[in-house]
Amino acid sequence: MLAIQVLINALVLGCLYACIAIGFSLVWGVLNVINLIHGSFIVLGAYLAWGAYNALGLSPWYSLLIAAPSFFVFGYLLQRLLLNRVITAPVLVTLTLTFGLDLILNNAMIYYFKADYRKLILNPPTGSVSIFDVVVPVDRLIATASALALTFLLYLLLRRSKVGRAIVAVRLDRDAAVLMGVNVKSIYAVAFGLGAALAGCAGVLMALIFPISPLTSSAYLGKAFVVCVLGGLGSVSGALAGGLLLALVEGVGSVYLGPAHAVTLSFVLLIIFLVVRPQGLLGRKGFE
Amino acid sequence: MTRTNIALLVLIACVAALPLFGDAYAMRLGTMACMYAIFALSWNIVGGFAGYPSFATAAFFGLGAYTTGILMNKGVPLSVSLLGALVLCLVLAAALGAVLLRLRGHYFAIASLSLVEVFRELVNNATDLTGGGMGLNIPLVSGSSVLSDATFFFYAMWGLLLLTALVVIAVSASKLGFGLNCIRQNETASNMVGLNSTLYKAVAFGLSACFVGAAGGLYAAWVHYIDPSDVFDILYSVKPIVMALMGGLGSPLGVVCGAFVYLGLEEVVWRNYIQIHSGVLGVLIILLLLFLPHGLISLHASKIWRGLFGRKAKHV
Repeated sequence: MLAIQVLINALVLGCLYACIAIGFSLVWGVLNVINLIHGSFIVLGAYLAWGAYNALGLSPWYSLLIAAPSFFVFGYLLQRLLLNRVITAPVLVTLTLTFGLDLILNNAMIYYFKADYRKLILNPPTGSVSIFDVVVPVDRLIATASALALTFLLYLLLRRSKVGRAIVAVRLDRDAAVLMGVNVKSIYAVAFGLGAALAGCAGVLMALIFPISPLTSSAYLGKAFVVCVLGGLGSVSGALAGGLLLALVEGVGSVYLGPAHAVTLSFVLLIIFLVVRPQGLLGRKGFE
Repeated sequence: MTRTNIALLVLIACVAALPLFGDAYAMRLGTMACMYAIFALSWNIVGGFAGYPSFATAAFFGLGAYTTGILMNKGVPLSVSLLGALVLCLVLAAALGAVLLRLRGHYFAIASLSLVEVFRELVNNATDLTGGGMGLNIPLVSGSSVLSDATFFFYAMWGLLLLTALVVIAVSASKLGFGLNCIRQNETASNMVGLNSTLYKAVAFGLSACFVGAAGGLYAAWVHYIDPSDVFDILYSVKPIVMALMGGLGSPLGVVCGAFVYLGLEEVVWRNYIQIHSGVLGVLIILLLLFLPHGLISLHASKIWRGLFGRKAKHV
C-alpha cells in the first residue's frame, strides 16, 4: 500500500512541479535567459489568490482568470523595457539582471506582505478521498488537474496558434525565423509574458496547497531548475517528464532517507544529470 | 610586474594603516572590505580570467566557515583550523571543478548555483556535526577587549587579502593565467593546440575557492555564531559578480576597487534604508548592467587611466 501511496503522491506532485517549471523552461529555451525572477512571480501569484479570496471572497478559479492576463502584461513590459536591452549579452549579464529584478520584487513583497507564512484556507474545506488505504486530499487533486490543464493549454497554444508556431520557430532557429518575417523582439516579449503568466497561474494553484511567504520563492525556483534539467529543456513533455521524475525521486527518497534529505537528493540528481545527460530525459531541440 | 599590479599592492598596503585612525566601527568596515576584496579577487580567477560564470562563492564560504567552526569546537587552534578550511576547499573545489567546468554557459551557472543548495542542505541535515538549523557557536579567540578583538580580525583578514592578491598576481603572470585567458577566448582552439584545459580549469576553480573558504573561517571565528542560511546565502555568490562588474571584469585592481566601492554603497544603504536594502541593491545591479557594463574603469576617461597605469582592463 505504501508503494501505491508514494506513486500517487508523486503523480499529483509531479504535475504541479511541471506546472511550476514550464514557464521557466519556455523562457530559457526561447530567450536563452535563466529567469531568476520566476520563483517570485509564483509567490506573487499565490498572494494574488490569497488576497482575492480573503479580501474579496473570490474563489481561486477567478484568480486564475485575473492572474493570467495581468502577469502576461507585466512580463511583456519587463522584457520589452529592460531585458531586451541586454538580451544578446553573455549569460553572466542576463542572469545577474534577473537576479536584481528578483531582489526588488522579493523585497517589495516582504515589505508589503511581511515575511509571515500565510495560508489560503478554503471554506468549507474540500476534505480528502480514500480508495482502500490510499488517501488523496481533494484540493491537491483539483490543483493537479488544473496544472495539467494549463500545461495542455500551453501545448495547444504552441502547436496550433500562429504566435505559438512563431515562438517554436524562434526557438529552433532565430536567424531563419527572422528571414521568414517573424518579429523576434515581439516574440521574445510574448514568450517572456507567457512565462510570467504561467508562473502567476502556478502560484494561484500553489496557494491552494502550500503556505505562502516571500521566502519560499527560492524553493520554487530550485524546483524549476531541477525539472528543466531532468526533463530536458524547451518542451512541454520534457517538463512533464522532469516533474514526475523529480516528484518520484523526492517521494522515494523521503521514505527511505527521511524527508530532510529529499532536497539534497534532488540537487545531487540535478548535478549528475548536468554532467552525464545535459539534454535531459526527453531532450531535443524545439518546442513540439 | 605590471603597473596595475603594483597599484593594487599599494592600495592594499594603504588599507593596513586603518587602525591608526579608526575606532571599532571603522575596523569592522575594514574587515568587511578585506573580505569582499578576497571574494572579488577569487571570483575573478574563474569568472574574469577563464570567463566561466561561477555562482559557487557562497558554497565555499559556508564550507570554510563550518570547517573552521567545527574544528575550533573540537579544540583545534584558529590558525590550524583556517589552514584546514583552506586545504579542504582547495582540494574539494579542484575535484568538483574538474567535473563541473566541463559544462558551459547556462549549464555551468545552474550547476554552480546548485552547489550552494547542496552544501546548505547537507549542513542543515548533519545536525550532530553542525547543529543544523540551530546554528553553531564558535569559541572566542582572544576576548580581551572589543578593540583588540577587532584589530586582530582586521589584520588577519588583511593578511589573507594580501596573500590572495599575491597569488592572483602570480597566476596572472604565469603560464596558468595565460592558459585561462586562452580558455576564455576560445576553449576549443586552446584544446587543439595542446593546452590541458581540464587541469587548468580545475586548478583555477580550486584557487578561487580556497581563499574564500579561509575568509569564511575567519568570518566564523569573528562573529562567533553561524547558521546555514547565513553563510550559505546566495547573495555571497552574487556580490562578487556585482563588484567585478562594477570595477571592471578581469582586472585585479578593478575588482578590488569595485569591492571597496560596493561596500561603501552597501553600508550607506544599510544604514539608511534597512527595510528595503535588498531592493536598493537590485536597483543598483540593474542600473550598473544597463548603463555601465564595463565597470568604473571604463567610465573613468579610459585614456587618463591608460596614461597613469599603462594598460586598460580587459573586457569580456
